[in-house]
Amino acid sequence: MRPEVLFIAVFFLAFLSASLGFGLGYAAKFFKVEQNPIVETIIEMMPGSNCGQCGHPGCAAAAQAIVDGVAPLTCCPPGGHVLAEELAETLGVTLDISTLEQKPPMLAQVNEQLCIGCARCVKKCPTDAIIGAQKQIHAVIQDACTGCEACVAICPTGCLQMHPVRTTLKTWRWNKPEPILAAAA
Amino acid sequence: MKLFQFRGGVHPAGHKAATTDKTTRQMPIPQRLYIPLQQHIGAPAEPVVAVGEQVRKGQLLAHSQGMISAPVHAPTSGQIVAITEHPAPHPSGLPVRTVVLASDGEDRWLDGLTPTDPQSLSAEEIATRVGAAGIVGMGGATFPAAVKLKLSARNKIHTVILNGGECEPYLTCDDRLMQEKPAEILAGVKLILQATAAQRAYLVVEDNKPAAIAALQAVCSGLPNISVVPVPARYPMGSEKHMIQTVTGLEVPAGGLGADIGILVHNMGTAYAIHQAISQGQPLISRILTVGGGAIREPQNVSVLIGTPLQDVIDFCGGLTEPAARLLMGGPMMGQIMPDLSVPVVKGSSGIIALTAAEVADRETMPCIRCGSCVRACPNGLLPLQMAAQIKAGELDKVVDFGLVDCVSCGCCSYVCPSHIPLVQYFNYAKGELAARQQAKHKAQENKKLIELRQERLAREQRVKAEAAAQRKAEAEAKKKAKAAAVAQV
Repeated sequence: MRPEVLFIAVFFLAFLSASLGFGLGYAAKFFKVEQNPIVETIIEMMPGSNCGQCGHPGCAAAAQAIVDGVAPLTCCPPGGHVLAEELAETLGVTLDISTLEQKPPMLAQVNEQLCIGCARCVKKCPTDAIIGAQKQIHAVIQDACTGCEACVAICPTGCLQMHPVRTTLKTWRWNKPEPILAAAA
Repeated sequence: MKLFQFRGGVHPAGHKAATTDKTTRQMPIPQRLYIPLQQHIGAPAEPVVAVGEQVRKGQLLAHSQGMISAPVHAPTSGQIVAITEHPAPHPSGLPVRTVVLASDGEDRWLDGLTPTDPQSLSAEEIATRVGAAGIVGMGGATFPAAVKLKLSARNKIHTVILNGGECEPYLTCDDRLMQEKPAEILAGVKLILQATAAQRAYLVVEDNKPAAIAALQAVCSGLPNISVVPVPARYPMGSEKHMIQTVTGLEVPAGGLGADIGILVHNMGTAYAIHQAISQGQPLISRILTVGGGAIREPQNVSVLIGTPLQDVIDFCGGLTEPAARLLMGGPMMGQIMPDLSVPVVKGSSGIIALTAAEVADRETMPCIRCGSCVRACPNGLLPLQMAAQIKAGELDKVVDFGLVDCVSCGCCSYVCPSHIPLVQYFNYAKGELAARQQAKHKAQENKKLIELRQERLAREQRVKAEAAAQRKAEAEAKKKAKAAAVAQV
């Protein structure tokens, strides 16, 4: 073919790729998303008490770690397996339930024999679940306790203990059915 | 009358012949009665009696709490021995707060319970008295009947349906009640009509109960707006929505109630209890139930006091011929497995079925071959094979999209599955998981609110401290200035 046609073809394609390349570079800068929006969603789902049991400094940091893939979905004990399953669905990954600590949800309780009424736990609790005043025996409002264990660490007499939540008729659920195997039938 | 058909359903063997022709027997008063404070849907009742108190038959033991609740009354006279935790008639065997009553054998009624002429009562008064008598749905749902009657004040009810379906195998308690007390049931129906201002009542009975149909037709003959409607025997005909569809052709909207389309459904036993409450002044303290199954020596229908331990009822029926492989409260399709024989009879106990090992069909679970039998059988038009596969894979959100909330747990799917897959059990598990997630989400939101409130409180305290400090500083400055001015003057 004539060399002019070849020139035009090459020039046109070069121009196209150059302009598209510039366009992509511009978009990468102009439309850049500072933070992955999914992290915001995950932060909303976390308990929010910043207890640190996962090993990260706060729920926001844990959310970032989960999105980055550094932390497992099962890292949050107060969230339990319910949170792990929700995270798995939101992120679209399969959940490896075996990594979940088989710890049942726990709530704090004051051992009234040992309480000295120092009120250090009252100040520490992120949900104000402990009621009490100086020299008065303290008590934990069970409905407000998130199981973050911050009070357990700070109590000087060790009177705050974690107890597993008792299943009641209102909270009892059926287990997942197990298939009946040939040997058992 | 033209009848319609609901889709799906199954027709299991009735197993009713052993008990359907025997007269109901009255059980003697047991030594101890265990009356749970929660025998109904809604908030538990709150005790008004104390330990050690002597009570009379029909006396109020606990009053209802809140909008959806029901009171509890003493089934016989005696002394309150304890108000404590006792195993509930529930598969978990978890405890429920229970009033323990030691009967004194005298069975003395409370003074002042008088019959009332129904004509003198307004619709509201009927509903209030039904509530005060502690009447709940006796078919097993145990929804407070007074709340259901008051619903009609909001939605215009034009038709009342009396549910005499009793589609579960083995159960014949409603059958016997219809045969033995048709006039009382009719009186109860008239009271319900008065309370709802409905135009008509249909007494709907499955056609496998010819004697009951005949008995009801005899008392209803000539009445312009009350008629007996025999329907084909098909499980789950006794399900409210399916009965409404069969009789009227109308479909209750998903997530809705019969009252939304102007139809109110009550169990025959509930109608009887309503008559007892208004016409005799007697609260709900006893019920008829069917004791059946291959492991029972003398299967029959028994009238028992609420709170009677299952062991006493079974002993009255000759005891067990062999250890029960499965003990059910209710029927075999939807009945609850009982943990042991110490649990009591409650208002919703329609039957006690003790099955032998041969009657319990535990078979090896095989893989799903996608034959579609379950889809054909589901009376709500769901896809059990699809939902079960998703639940096995852990995809609970997808199951909700496929209609998990519309599943009534009737068990038709498990009944027909040729691979013996526990389909309805998967759905019960999934519904429980869903409820647990909603509870957890709710708790998380509440916790967040508490955390925010605490932050606000700390910020407020900081502010107040800062203001107080600034105030003190300003006062100190003012004092210094005043002192300096005084010194300068001197």
